[in-house]
Amino acid sequence: MTHAHANVMLPPAEAEAGSGVYNEKLGMWVFLASEVMFFTALIGSYIILRFGNPSHWAAPGEILNVPVTAVNTFLLICSSVTMVKAFAAAQDGDQKWLKNWLLATTLIGATFVGVQVYEYLQLAHHGFLPGGYVEGSELAEAAAAGEAFKGGPPLPASVALYGATFFTMTGFHGFHVTMGVICMSFVTFKAFRGAYSVTDHRGVEVIGLYWHFVDLVWIILFTIVYLI
Amino acid sequence: MSDAKRHHPNYLAIWAWLFVLTLVELGVAFLTIFSKETLILILIGLAIWKALLVALYYMHLRFENNRVRIMAIAPLPLAVIMVIAVITEYVW
Repeated sequence: MTHAHANVMLPPAEAEAGSGVYNEKLGMWVFLASEVMFFTALIGSYIILRFGNPSHWAAPGEILNVPVTAVNTFLLICSSVTMVKAFAAAQDGDQKWLKNWLLATTLIGATFVGVQVYEYLQLAHHGFLPGGYVEGSELAEAAAAGEAFKGGPPLPASVALYGATFFTMTGFHGFHVTMGVICMSFVTFKAFRGAYSVTDHRGVEVIGLYWHFVDLVWIILFTIVYLI
Repeated sequence: MSDAKRHHPNYLAIWAWLFVLTLVELGVAFLTIFSKETLILILIGLAIWKALLVALYYMHLRFENNRVRIMAIAPLPLAVIMVIAVITEYVW
C-alpha cells in the first residue's frame, strides 16, 4: 500500500529551479497580486455605493482637508525614493547610506501615519465619522444651513455612505502603511547590525516591493477619494 | 563586474516626475474648466501614469524577467473586469 501511495506522488517532471527569483521575492509578488484584488474589491464597492447613492456626494474639499493630504501624498512619494535609494545603496555595498535611507524611509512612513491620525482626529472633531455626520456637530449644522455642500445639502444616508467608504479605504491603506513601518523598522534594525551585503540584501528588496506597492495604491486612492 | 558600481536608473528624476504630476493633479482637480466626465478621465489618466512610474522604475518591473512581469500583470485584467462590471451598474 505504501508503495502505491508513493507512486501517486511521483511528479510529472523533474523539479526545476523556480522562476529566476528567490523565494522571498516570489512570495511577495504573489502576496501583492492578492493585494491588487483586495483593493480592487474596496474600489469596486466604492463605485457601486457612490453611483448608487441617492443625493449629493461631497465634492473634493467639502469635507476632507485636501491640502493636508496633498502634503501627506508628497511625503509618501518621498519615502518611495528614499526606499529605492536604500536598495541601490545595498546593491553598491554602501552600508552607511543603506542605513541612512532605510532610517529616512521608516521616519517618513511613520510621519505619514501620524498625519493620517491627525486628519482623522480633525474630521472627528468637525463631526465626520464612519457613520456620517454627528447630530449637532459643526458639519451637521453647516449641512443644514446649506453652507457645507455646494451641490445642495445631502441626505444623511449619503454622508454615511461617504463616511463609510472614506474611512474603510483610507483606513485599510493606513493599516498597510503601519504594517510597512513596523516591518521597515525591523529591516532597518537588521541593516544597523550589518545583516545586508552586496551578495545578499533580499530583505531590503522585498520590503521595498511592499512599500512601493502601498505607495502605488495611495496614488490611486488619493485620486478617487480626494480629487474626484 | 563585481568591482564596478552597478548602473542605477535615475530615481530622483522619477521622484521629480511624481511630484510634478501630483501638482498637476491638484491643479486640474480644482479647475472648473472641465466637465465632470473629462475631469475624471484626466485624473484617472494621471494616476495611472504615476502608478506606472512607480511599478516600472521603483519596483523595477522594467528591468525584471518576463516571469516576474507576468506575475505582476496577472491580476490586472481581473481588476479591470471587476471595475467595468460595477461601473455598468451605473451606466446602464
